[in-house]
Formats: sequence, structure tokens, C-alpha cells
Amino acid sequence: MKWMKLLPAALAVACLATVAHAEEKGLDNHVKRDPYYEGLKGKKVVFVPLAMGFDLTEGWAAIMRKQAADLGYSFEIRDPNWSTDAGTRAITSIIAEKPDLAIIHNPDLQSYARLEQRMVQAGIKVLQVNLEATVPTDYYVGADWVKVGLIEAEALVKKCGTGSGTSGKVAILEGQPTAASNLYELYAYYHVFGQDPAIKIVADQAATYDPAKARAITETVLQQHPDLCGIVGNWDNQDVGAGAAVAAAGKSDQVYIVTSGGGSKTGCDNIEKGLLDLIVSYDVPLQGDALNQAIVQLLLSPAKAGEIKSTYFTPLTLQTKDTISPRSCWTLDQLK
Amino acid sequence: MFLLALVLFVIFAVTLDRFLTAGNLVALVRSVAILGILGLGMGLVVIGRGIDLAMVATMVVSVSWSLALADTGLPLGTALLIGLVFAIVVGLASGILIAYATIPAIFTTLAMGLIVYGSGRAWLFQVDVQNTPASSEFFDFLARATIFGVPMMIVAFAALALLVWALLKWTRFGRFVYATGDNPSAARVAGIPTRLLVVAQYVITAIIAYLAGLIMAAANSGMSTRVYNSTMIYDVLLVVVLGGIGLSGGRGGVRNVLVGTLLVGILLNGMTIFDIAYTQQNLIKSVILLIAIIIDSIVNPRDEQTAQQEQGDI
Repeated sequence: MKWMKLLPAALAVACLATVAHAEEKGLDNHVKRDPYYEGLKGKKVVFVPLAMGFDLTEGWAAIMRKQAADLGYSFEIRDPNWSTDAGTRAITSIIAEKPDLAIIHNPDLQSYARLEQRMVQAGIKVLQVNLEATVPTDYYVGADWVKVGLIEAEALVKKCGTGSGTSGKVAILEGQPTAASNLYELYAYYHVFGQDPAIKIVADQAATYDPAKARAITETVLQQHPDLCGIVGNWDNQDVGAGAAVAAAGKSDQVYIVTSGGGSKTGCDNIEKGLLDLIVSYDVPLQGDALNQAIVQLLLSPAKAGEIKSTYFTPLTLQTKDTISPRSCWTLDQLK
Repeated sequence: MFLLALVLFVIFAVTLDRFLTAGNLVALVRSVAILGILGLGMGLVVIGRGIDLAMVATMVVSVSWSLALADTGLPLGTALLIGLVFAIVVGLASGILIAYATIPAIFTTLAMGLIVYGSGRAWLFQVDVQNTPASSEFFDFLARATIFGVPMMIVAFAALALLVWALLKWTRFGRFVYATGDNPSAARVAGIPTRLLVVAQYVITAIIAYLAGLIMAAANSGMSTRVYNSTMIYDVLLVVVLGGIGLSGGRGGVRNVLVGTLLVGILLNGMTIFDIAYTQQNLIKSVILLIAIIIDSIVNPRDEQTAQQEQGDI
């Protein structure tokens, strides 16, 4: 296929040769193009995820890396591999390095909050992605977790609430108890469930993103409440364990499992296998595009770090057996 | 420890409505079956005065690699065989370093765990959760099949426990393990091939880790390599120590692993039924474990003479 790429160049050369003295036509738009490309070239962006190696962070990183290579700013990943400790060290060294922009994926609401303020004081712009800290910084791009929780809980109320003819018993599977996603979703769950007298919360346990734990909890809950109607969980990669427990008990038709996730093909596969019923997807490819847009905006903006604080809550889509199609589920290879 | 497990069991049985149903008891054992299987392997090396901190890494990486290979289209059988060979190689490497290079087991296996996990993440698979193949009879069988109402996970745990028990009790290998664990120098003088024995122990432990991984993958419809970052390896050690296998080697057996496993299982199951919050669960778990260790040290005081001897590696 190389010759195809070379073709336009060859044609151009041919044209130039034949019309050697052709005048320039059209406009070069340097008013916009120059500051855009010049302003981005050589800038330094650093990304601190929870960890690499899982669908969300790999997806975002693939999209961000592509744009960085295209526009000529550097993009580095400091992978703390699920250790908040290592993350803290990474951020401390980032403060000394003074990149133009740091992209932070917060393991919980508190741990990095202080450090993020210090980064801003040091003149580094901070973009928080999908999991926020208590302190707002220059930008937050990610899901509105309260809304995710509301959608999840309402979907479950529809299945198990008043008039559904079920036991109304639901179980909550938390993720990391102190993470933004968990606390905001939890508010939404209790808020919605509290409004329907038919709903009974029979368990509220943390599975800490671990499918094995989700499975063990679900098994025990099912023993206590064989008439369980639904489970609402924090993350599809975790709640697949709950789905496995429900399937093993032969109750896939009785127990409705609602969760949220990045909309990757693994999640879709799990819906297809009948392990999960509904995933509220925050759509990683879309979040990647939003991140790229925010990166450019922050790098080009003359505003100082911490001067303007913006938020973009990325759109949510609902994935069920009826709505998923190969097009709506992404794989990493597509993003690279 | 057996007593403590019994006491907890009775308390839960009396206070909780559906604790004592067959279904719940099966769920209870199933939730700790993996821990128990890993405990069997760990118990074996600890009796031989060693320790294997690479077990969880071996489990996670060998099975994840198998699943990743199967995902690329390799026949499942071949992929699983490659995983098994990988686990054996890891066990061999640990064993040889410990036995022949005489590097303390705790450091060797700590490093080995990091190496195995690191190389797995770097080269063997990209994503940290590997799903089992969508329609695999093998994994479905492990996950769903039952024998007289008992799920395969528990059957596998029981079978492995029986195997390790027989190995320790009825074979020369077993008696040699106890002998080296009790007093390595004496065992060597007595003509026991201690170095080979150590290598064999780590290989067996690695194979047990791989089998535990297969069952875990079947149970959760996939393998999450994040397990390596959890406290699982310490939980495995706890099962062993709680059960009453002394870290100084030479004492204990499969019975102790079973008791330790059940104690942890009863505790976790009861707390989930009570719907106790996560942080409080951790607190209760640690307090009970501390009490257990205190009781253990009162009931089984440390033997001054063996304690002062060449202390093994811990």
C-alpha cells in the first residue's frame, strides 16, 4: 500500500513540474494555523492513571498518544500500577519536572487532592479524568457519576420496584469505597431506592474492583435471599463476578444486574454471555476525544494554571442485549 | 484454632437464620476454596522451612497467558499446557536459586513474583483481565458441574487436599520434607538429597498455584491480574499460620490448612451476611486474626531450642 501513499506526492510533483510557474491560489490560513501548531509543538503532557493495562486507561492513552504524535507535543505515562503510594511519588516528581499539563486519574477523592493544588501552584495545569478529587482543578473530563448512579438505580427500580411483582430485594456492590465513582453513585442509589417503598436493600458490600470478591459476596447474598431481584454495581470488570455467581445459581433470568463501564468489547461480550444485563457506558473513545480537545485548549490557553475551572461530563449510553452491536463496542486495536 | 473456628461457627449458626443451610455452607467453602488450594501449596513449602511469595504471581500470569493465547486462536488445550509449563519453569527457577544458590527463600520468591508479574504484563498479555473463551466446555465444567450437589471447585479443593495429604503422610518425599523442615543440617547429614527436595517443593507449589488459577478463572469467567496487587498472598500465609503450621518448619499438615481456610471462610461469610461495611470488616478480621495468633502462641509456646537454631529464612 506504500505506493498509494506516495501517489499524491508524486502527482503533486508532477503538477509542479508541468505548471512550474503556477501562481499560489487560495489562502494558507496562517492566522489560525501558526499559533495552533506552533503553540502545541514541544509542550509536555504527563498522564498518571490508576494503572495501565485495563480497558479505560489503555483506551484513553491510545487516543491521547495518537494526537500527541500528530501535533508534536510529548505525552508520557507514569504508571503507578494501582498503588496510591507510587502515584503520590510520581506526582511529586512531576511537580519538580514542571510539565505544561498533568492528566490525573484519581484513585479516591482525597489522596491526590493536596498534590494537585501544589501542582497548580507550581504552574502546572491539571486535567482530571473520569475519577475526580474533591478539589476542582483546571479541567475535569469524565462521567457524571451521580447521573450514572441515578440511571442505574432507576433501571433497577423499573425491574424490581412497585408493581413489578418481584421481591423488591436489591444488593449494592460498591467498588473502592473512597473513590469518586463509588461515593457519588452511592448517593444516587440510596436517593432513588429510598423513594420506592417496595425496594429493599438487602446488602451493601464493597468488592474493591475485584471480580472474585464480587462473586463471593453475591453467592452469600443469594443464599440469604434466594428471591433477590437485582444487583447494582460500580464497574463492569468487577461485576462480571456477580454475574458469574448468579449464572452458577441458575438465576440469570430472575436477577437483573446493572453496572457501568467504558463500553469496551469485553463488557459487550459479558452482556452477550448473559452475565450482565445493563451497562451504563461512559464511552471511552468519546472520552478520549474530549480529553484531546481539553488538552489542546489547556495548552493553548493563556490562562494561568488554576485560573479557569471547567467541567465536561461525557455523554452516557445504555448497553443492553438489544442495543449492542459490533459498532457500539470498541476494541483497543481500533483506537490505536 | 480449630476451637476458635468452631466457636465462630456455632455463634453464626445460632444468630443467623440461614447460615446453617447446605447452600450457604457450600457457598462458604467455595468462597475460600482458592485460598485453601493456594494454602495447600504454601503449607507444603512452609513445612519444608521455606516460603513462596511468588504463588499469586505464578497463578495469575500462567493462567492469564494461557487465556490470552487461547484468545489469539490457539487451541485451548495447547494454551493451557503452555501455561502449565510456564508455572513449572517458574517453580524450577525459584527452587534452583534457593537450593543451589542458597539465596533465602523469602527474597528469592519475592523477587520472582515481581519478575513473573512484570514480564507477564510487559510481554505476555496486554489487558489485565483475560476472559475465559466464550463457549469452553472445560471452563463451564469447572464452573458449573457438581458431584452429589457439591460444586467442582470444592471437589477440586478436596481432591488436592487429599493428594497433598497423601504426599506428606505416605511417601518418602513427605517424610523427607518434614525432616528437612525440622532440621535441614541433620537431614542432609542423614543423606537426604535436600537440594533436590527443595526444588521439587517449589515446582509442586507452582503447579498447585496454576491449578488454583484455572479454578479461579472458571469461577469468575476470567482471570484478573489485579489479584496480584491485592493482599491475597498474605491471606494465603495467614491461612497457613492460623491453621497452625509453624513458620519455622517441620510441623503441621493438611489438616491445619483446612482449619485455617474454614476459619477465614466462616468469618468472611458471617460478616457478609451481617452486611458489615468494608472498613469495619477489615478491622474485625484483623482483630480476630490477632486474637487467634495470641491464643496460638499461648497454646503452642515457641520451642526455645528449635527457635534458636538456624532459623530457616523467616
